[in-house]
Amino acid sequence: MPDASPKISARNVSKYFETAHGTGVALQDFDLEVRAGEFVCIVGPSGCGKSTFLRILAGLTPHSAGTVAIAPGAPGKPLNSVVFQEYAIFPWKTVLDNVAFGLQMRGVGKKERYEVARQWLARVGLAKFENYYPAQLSGGMKQRVAIARALANDPEVLLMDEPLGALDAQTKTVLQGELMRIWEEHRKTVVYVTHSIDEAVLLADRVVIMTAHPGTNKTEFEVDLPRPRTVATTATPEFAAMTGLVWQALEDEVRKAMADQ
Amino acid sequence: MSLPAWLVWLLTLAVVGLFVYAADRFGKRVPVKRQPLYNRLLAIGFPLLLLVAWELLVNWGYLNGRWFPPPTRIAAALWDLIVSFDRFNKTSLLGRPWLIPSVLPEQGWRGAWGLVTESHVLATLFRVALGFVIGAAPGVLVGMAMGLNKTIRQMLDPIMSAIYVLPKIAIFPLMMLIFANPFGEGPKVAVIAITAFFLIAINTMAGVRGIEPVYLEAGRNFGAGRWQMLWHVIVPAALPIIFSGLRIALGSALIVIVAVEFIRAQQGVGYLVFYYWQVLAIDKMYASLFVVMLLGVGLTWLLQWIERRVMPWRR
Repeated sequence: MPDASPKISARNVSKYFETAHGTGVALQDFDLEVRAGEFVCIVGPSGCGKSTFLRILAGLTPHSAGTVAIAPGAPGKPLNSVVFQEYAIFPWKTVLDNVAFGLQMRGVGKKERYEVARQWLARVGLAKFENYYPAQLSGGMKQRVAIARALANDPEVLLMDEPLGALDAQTKTVLQGELMRIWEEHRKTVVYVTHSIDEAVLLADRVVIMTAHPGTNKTEFEVDLPRPRTVATTATPEFAAMTGLVWQALEDEVRKAMADQ
Repeated sequence: MSLPAWLVWLLTLAVVGLFVYAADRFGKRVPVKRQPLYNRLLAIGFPLLLLVAWELLVNWGYLNGRWFPPPTRIAAALWDLIVSFDRFNKTSLLGRPWLIPSVLPEQGWRGAWGLVTESHVLATLFRVALGFVIGAAPGVLVGMAMGLNKTIRQMLDPIMSAIYVLPKIAIFPLMMLIFANPFGEGPKVAVIAITAFFLIAINTMAGVRGIEPVYLEAGRNFGAGRWQMLWHVIVPAALPIIFSGLRIALGSALIVIVAVEFIRAQQGVGYLVFYYWQVLAIDKMYASLFVVMLLGVGLTWLLQWIERRVMPWRR
């Protein structure tokens, strides 16, 4: 059911911040439109403001100029849920209570929210761990909990801020595969911030490239690799060609960002 | 015994040193499976060794038994303290609970309560517990307010910091002045409450301010309202630091209560220590010190137990 009107529309979004030395720019006139059910990855050099933009989308940080809108769906349904880089699952809640958290905040009864939470835990392969506390889990398991928490909340859009950034390479690969599998079942609208080109090309329908600081739109690529994609997708020549293209567009910006530091 | 004292002390040191050396060597051969048992054995064995050395050194005349009564005499004094009733003061150490079965039918609950009120240990416990609760509850609330609201923090911080460094025992005279009965429980409980209040408020504030912002953001992002945020995110996130405040406050409360009971009390474990110093019953003074120690251990253990119950996620 592709919709004509975009699920997310952000126009000329800028973010300024005051410092002792004057006004800084974190984000300059950034545009993004995301269709319903689209998986968009934002890639940019570090410090370009891609995480800032995601936080603006999430409503966690106010923007200084421009417009940001997420089209509402059914009444009572949350507009967005964030998967944070540092997991941010609550250490004082069990895995089950963490996953049920969003529903609990919206006043969903215990029985119902646990039922939903258990379904999502089963999907991310953590059914046996529902009574564990996060401290008893590995990094990869914690991030699975964070993803399940966001999905159980059933938001209009899912916002992911380098969710696999803190994981080791092997765990990351496994989780990318799982993320693909889960997403292809549900096709939720996703905005995914990452600095990994491979990850962006593997996951996304569209890769949006940002310039170095202050970040704004550089260019973007439709990724038409066939779905379902798996880790095996990364071994195809089409994948290599795509990542090559993205890197070409990004390289200058990365060098600029490095020279700035 | 005719050995020179310095030689005996040197020998004692040598024996202890040899014991440590042997235990260390032996410990490396203990299989991993038996290590916990061995560690426990060391933890109990070494203090026992010191006690035996103490006993022997006194018996042989190398340590003055008047100022350092041997452990067996302290134990006997402790037993004496437990079973005896001070007719003059109408007090006993524990309140003679073994009398309850005979007192209850004769005098009813009133008689049993009389037994409770005669106890030194319970008197001290009552003061500490009541003062602690009276101080901790508003301490946590004020600390929360200071942690969450910048204006409140700016206004209160200088006052709190100034009073924080004041040794709370110094305000005991003021408390005696304020309360109608300077000899009563009021000033004692109040000074404990004030001790607990400031330590707990400052720590609670630190706990709230130290919360990882990402937890607050996650709470907000998942739709937590003001009170949900407090109950589901802020309080549990600050709990570890709040509890370290409670632990510090408990330690300080014990110091303060003993000092207060030195100065002005007819009852309580601090009073006991001071009283047996005054009448020069040194072995009973040691026994009283031992009771103070046990009280501290017991209360600390209780707090840790509560901590484990309240924060099951901390291992």
